[in-house]
Amino acid sequence: MQTASGPASDAAILRLDHVTKRFGGLVAVNDVTFDVRKGEVFALIGPNGAGKTTLFNGVTGLIPPTSGSVVFEGREIAGTKPFKVAELGIARTFQNIRLFEYMSAVENILVGEHCRMHAKLWDSLFKLPRERREEKEVTDHAMELLRFVGIERWAHSYARNLPYGGQRRLEIARALATRPRLLLLDEPAAGFTPQEKVELMRLVGKILDSGVTVFLIEHDMKVVMGISKRIVVLDHGEMIAHGTPEEVRRNPRVIEAYLGKQH
Amino acid sequence: MIGWFRRVWENDPRKDPNAVVYFLLAIFAVLFPLFASVVTGGSPNFLLSVAGDAGVYVLLTLGLNVVVGMAGLLDLGYAAFFAIGAYTYAFIASDHLAVTPLQTTLHVPFWIVLLIALFVAASFGVILGAPTLRLRGDYLAIVTLGFGEIVPRVFKNTSTWTSGVNGISALDTPELPIWFKGPWSGDPLAVVQNFKIFDPLGYYVIMVVLLVICVVLVRNLQNSRMGRAWAAIREDEVAAAAMGVNTVQAKLLAFAIGAAFSGFAGTFYGAKLSLVSPENFGFSVSITVLVMVVLGGMGNIPGVMLGSLLIYLVIFMVLPSLPDTVTSIANAIGLTGLTQASGDFPGIGEFAARLKFLIFGLILVLVMLLRPQGLLPSREREQELTKGTHDDTIIEDVQAETG
Ligand SMILES: Nc1ncnc2c1ncn2[C@@H]1O[C@H](COP(=O)(O)OP(=O)(O)O)[C@@H](O)[C@H]1O
Ligand SMILES: [Mg+2]
Repeated sequence: MQTASGPASDAAILRLDHVTKRFGGLVAVNDVTFDVRKGEVFALIGPNGAGKTTLFNGVTGLIPPTSGSVVFEGREIAGTKPFKVAELGIARTFQNIRLFEYMSAVENILVGEHCRMHAKLWDSLFKLPRERREEKEVTDHAMELLRFVGIERWAHSYARNLPYGGQRRLEIARALATRPRLLLLDEPAAGFTPQEKVELMRLVGKILDSGVTVFLIEHDMKVVMGISKRIVVLDHGEMIAHGTPEEVRRNPRVIEAYLGKQH
Repeated sequence: MIGWFRRVWENDPRKDPNAVVYFLLAIFAVLFPLFASVVTGGSPNFLLSVAGDAGVYVLLTLGLNVVVGMAGLLDLGYAAFFAIGAYTYAFIASDHLAVTPLQTTLHVPFWIVLLIALFVAASFGVILGAPTLRLRGDYLAIVTLGFGEIVPRVFKNTSTWTSGVNGISALDTPELPIWFKGPWSGDPLAVVQNFKIFDPLGYYVIMVVLLVICVVLVRNLQNSRMGRAWAAIREDEVAAAAMGVNTVQAKLLAFAIGAAFSGFAGTFYGAKLSLVSPENFGFSVSITVLVMVVLGGMGNIPGVMLGSLLIYLVIFMVLPSLPDTVTSIANAIGLTGLTQASGDFPGIGEFAARLKFLIFGLILVLVMLLRPQGLLPSREREQELTKGTHDDTIIEDVQAETG
């Protein structure tokens, strides 16, 4: 499997600087610093409860970090509202799928298109020609995205009626509809069979080829080894390793974090 | 019997019940004046006037449906905006300002006031919603409840401006630039200019036209960028925000549009009655409209229209006439003894009068038991209520992720 196409530029698209998140007495993320480079697949791994999702919530503004800075394309975004973050070009999926269950697959994606649309209240009320044109454009684009992730046959089913794997893919398509430059995937392969995992990683490759930087969380180390350039390992909120898959695999602290608890 | 009714209703072979209901409503609206004329033997004015009032409730319901049904916000003080619309008309389309400290009068044409009231009510909606809609849903319910109580009280107690409990009367009669007289109004066929609308048929026609326009606009909105954003917010506010929907702004817009409808309806109401009084805008109006939305089928436009017409019929026609009806039935079947008061029994007419709200309550409970999703629900609502909604883990998670 190809990892990345074209040369990954060294410019950081996302930079986390001493990011800390406390929930009362619990330090869920502790002084984490790293950067994600433009055009790479970057992976964040670590055992359950390590603080990975919390870190994503911090980046996307759902739960702002307690301290530290988050810089996206040179711009400080810590504490920015979630919808603004999406407008700026960061989209995400959720670990426990959060689709709009009683909207069809296409409609779900159309919600993702929302922030790239221009129709004002007036245009919609009177169905002005430019609103109709835009509706057609985004609907076509939504269908394209459904094909891109391979679930076009469920275009008009309720999101809740899609099979599990289809729902995960629909979430990715919905996120892509916001035309992000950085895509955050929170355990996109959770609950997948090995075969499905391979297909998903192929999809991640396609997304990368379309020019979107991918930052993904994965519980299963083996899955990310093949596709990501660089990996950060989190354990109990601490960043315990940082580097290429090879370096990370040999890191004694990582081995301990992953194996120590089981043995 | 009930089971049979449900089966027939739910296995209805027609694919799109909405289209059928729109069609029936349209036919009904067109034929109603004729029907009213026939059943009353040529003096349809009372029935037409009632239909005009019912139309006010349909307008209110259409607006509240945007707030409650589409965006999922609970507004318990909807009548406040209705009052604001009606008083707007009273202030700027009557001689009333002469007896206020302003000592002048304004006579803005009805059609312009419709638009002004719409903006005034929407502005109040924004003022009320902007601080509240940032908070969780429950707060909005409480704040609107308070607002609904405060507004009529303000109109009641600032009597130098509003004449207090007496209300404001002799509001201007709306004028049409052009109107057609003909056999339907008992005149020879003619075109009149600057026609003052006195007869109920005129109000009826205006109301039907306004309703058609409003339905088209609301439908457009529901199938648009903003309509989808509302649906998304209703389903999962966190996910909607993460997908780039400015949830506060979208909710504020829904709230303001609802208020605008209410103000719009208020102006029509004030003009038709030619009188506004603080008594007409109490909590019961807000609740009645809410019941119409819920019972008709939240989020579904023809559903809520149907709901509002049926509830209106029950509240304003069936229940008030109940005592007379049961009395005459008792007389007709020879139980005249029942119509007389005896001992603790007040006579069947009075008995029915005392029970009428109990009966109304029973009807509501029965309908909600049989059709929890409303008479004619939206597809989504139908599914949610028949197949169960999110499981608990996801609900907990909403709280976790919104902090
Ligand atoms: N909203 C929250 N409120 C309180 N504690 C939280 C919240 N979100 C996460 N946590 C806690 O933070 C820690 C890290 O959680 P999380 O980021 O979900 O881990 P991961 O995604 O790596 O499995 C856990 O102990 C979790 O219980
Ligand atoms: Mg997680």
